[in-house]
Amino acid sequence: MNGVHDMGGMDGFGPVVPEKNEPVFHAEWERRMFGLVLPLVRATQSAFDEFRHAIERMPPAQYLASSYYERWLAAAETLLVERGVVTREELLAKEDASVDPALIAEAVPVRGPAPVKDKSQKKPPRARFAKGDRVRGRNLNPSGHTRLPRYVRGKSGVIARDWGVFDFADTKAHRAGAKPQHCYSVAFDACELWGKSANTRERVYIDLWEDYLEPIATKSKSKPQERKRATRPKRVEP
Amino acid sequence: MSGDHHNTDDSGPAARVKALEAILTEKGLIDPAAIDAIVDLYETRVGPRNGARVVAKAWTDPAYRKRLLADATKAVAEIGFAGPEGGHLVAVENTDRVHNLVVCTLCSCYPWPVLGLPPVWYKSFAYRSRAVSDPRGVLADFGLELPREVEVRVWDSSAEIRYLVIPQRPKGTERMSEDALAEIVTRDSMVGVAKVEAPRA
Repeated sequence: MNGVHDMGGMDGFGPVVPEKNEPVFHAEWERRMFGLVLPLVRATQSAFDEFRHAIERMPPAQYLASSYYERWLAAAETLLVERGVVTREELLAKEDASVDPALIAEAVPVRGPAPVKDKSQKKPPRARFAKGDRVRGRNLNPSGHTRLPRYVRGKSGVIARDWGVFDFADTKAHRAGAKPQHCYSVAFDACELWGKSANTRERVYIDLWEDYLEPIATKSKSKPQERKRATRPKRVEP
Repeated sequence: MSGDHHNTDDSGPAARVKALEAILTEKGLIDPAAIDAIVDLYETRVGPRNGARVVAKAWTDPAYRKRLLADATKAVAEIGFAGPEGGHLVAVENTDRVHNLVVCTLCSCYPWPVLGLPPVWYKSFAYRSRAVSDPRGVLADFGLELPREVEVRVWDSSAEIRYLVIPQRPKGTERMSEDALAEIVTRDSMVGVAKVEAPRA
């Protein structure tokens, strides 16, 4: 989903302000919240992807107004209610009167991808791309969870490394199947991402699943039966 | 800045978390003692000291450095570190020509087994938004200025890989032991927003 969580390249959040001698947690409730999540994810048999997606589905204004562990809290409430483990009423009944019921915001509803058949049992999927291949981030705008940020969609990069086969976050977050596929480190020049005025000595390496990528046709024609890797475009040092 | 503030009073999130823990405990889904154990683990044992030991070893043991760059998950497990958010670790090395910086623009993915839980600035909207589009500006916020010819590589942890930066070993530390070196390696240097400084004589 094109949510407010997809922050790469946004402006206006001001300088980064590190805190001196920062404690691991800033309040007792943060401690409890952190400690809750790992057992909770296990108890509800949820993938981390589902948890991340529940954070992304917070109403945008609330997302921006919440601290990190407040977002975890909202996601935990959302997942538990959606899974039918607890009801909103139960949550509210347990809380004292000081809590505004509106704080437990309803998550933004989304439609996930259609379930995919699991073909992983047989042989591992082969890699469509190899190191040095030029690729483009596809212009995908799924309504559900995705790990393809807006800032690389439609942009050209180079495969720097093939990390191997990983389950696909976009389907896993919706319990729509594992859809295992290769995931690559793709290098994008800053000028490709941010325009000609960007620094030519800066580059972003981002990890992208194969479904997010399309090949960039090379000018020198190779015979159709040779297809891949007959021509090698410009390489980027890994 | 929104998103960085901390609600420390006892209403709002505190009451909601308390309610959540009580309900889930009643339903037998969680055990408060297990929560205590997890919190204790990340408050006292899993933190940047782990990563510092990895870096100090890489600085002093060329064979280990090689193994770390080839397969960081395995090399880190060699000295006993593993766990959630550390299933696929990758180490990237800073040199005179290349400086690496790690971010997660979509959430706040971080290599827990070697660095512990991320600091607030790493999770801040300011860092997540600008690290990819203006890395040198972000480094300036930390007081770090790189020579113009140095290439900055930003690693956006958008999938399952978690990154550890191996900072440059500072000059003047040639005679320091591995243990002493581990003491000077900072968390920020292993995310890539700082250099490691040699201790003042």
